Amino acid sequence: MLQEQQPRLIAAPTLPDERAARRTLLDQVARLEEDLAQLFCSTWPRKGITFSVAGRGGPRLLSLGELEDLRDELATRVQHARRSLSDRTYSEEQHRRLIEDMMLDPAAHKWRLVSNEDIGEPGCKHWHVRPRWSFIGMLMGWWRVVISSGCPLST
Amino acid sequence: MELDLTEGWIEAELAEEFPHLCVVHALLDARPGRSPLEVRQRLRQLANRYTGGRVIHMRQDAVPWAYRVFARQVGIDPDTDRTPVEAIALERLRHGGFRSHNVVDDALTIAIAETGVPVFALDADRLHGEPGMRLSRPGERLAGVRPLPARQIVVADDARPLAIVLGEVSHDAGVTPETERMLVCALRVKGVPPIAVEEALWTAAEVMVGADRSG
Repeated sequence: MLQEQQPRLIAAPTLPDERAARRTLLDQVARLEEDLAQLFCSTWPRKGITFSVAGRGGPRLLSLGELEDLRDELATRVQHARRSLSDRTYSEEQHRRLIEDMMLDPAAHKWRLVSNEDIGEPGCKHWHVRPRWSFIGMLMGWWRVVISSGCPLST
Repeated sequence: MELDLTEGWIEAELAEEFPHLCVVHALLDARPGRSPLEVRQRLRQLANRYTGGRVIHMRQDAVPWAYRVFARQVGIDPDTDRTPVEAIALERLRHGGFRSHNVVDDALTIAIAETGVPVFALDADRLHGEPGMRLSRPGERLAGVRPLPARQIVVADDARPLAIVLGEVSHDAGVTPETERMLVCALRVKGVPPIAVEEALWTAAEVMVGADRSG
């Protein structure tokens, strides 16, 4: 069983008036890290959104100023990631609608190509409006959506 | 098997900043060596439980998240210098499995992967007093070689720093083939239930002692 021991206290040089501010900042950093983790998971498998916030040469006790900088940088990163994700999901929704339109009326979307990446999904699937029987289909206006799946084999 | 888990001491300034922070340790009569078949099989089974999606969502699980938060609060970017459980998960994805090194490393990998708690082992006979946590002092070096920046958070005994928190373990305190007694240590931070830390130490001890008996 875990033996609870009294910690051996050595010294306490932190100024008392800093404690509350430091605790608040540490809590804010924790909440922002949680937000960032949630955003990261919501974003996957999308690429190109930055989540990294530079380290401060840790592990060490950060000064009050450094904690404030870290909190601000995390807040900016969260805001930026949220905005990027929002923009991306809007664009993905447009692409989903485009796929529906392509399926309903292929001739109105000649040669249009939408990939899984465009709708925020993993994999290499894509929807491509192509003519049936090549040139004959082009001349006759026989257009269809070809759905391709599977990633190319790695070389 | 009996295991006495003890909370190490902590410097007041550190305890004031992180009230739940501590290093929990347990003495173990086990020698390092090659991992027996059962341990390698356990590693293989453990690797099968890791998928890309699970690794991605790991940072939202309570225990790995708590260590990410702690890393962030002490100035580490956990996306660059990964916490032990995330480093292990990433290694699993890169190599397609967990590679067996020796029974100590394998036991630590199993304990970390199963619980998310960072665990490391020290040579108990090379320690001077009980290990605890403190800030490094000016001019201190890890293993007498690597200079430590002042006020870095370290695990130390009465004489010297033994390991950087969530980082490197000193070569002059780590486990070697000549080690006869080990001190298995786990780091506890805010948000990690004591039972998870106990489980991590028990898991590591069980694997090492089991391997010692079968070997």
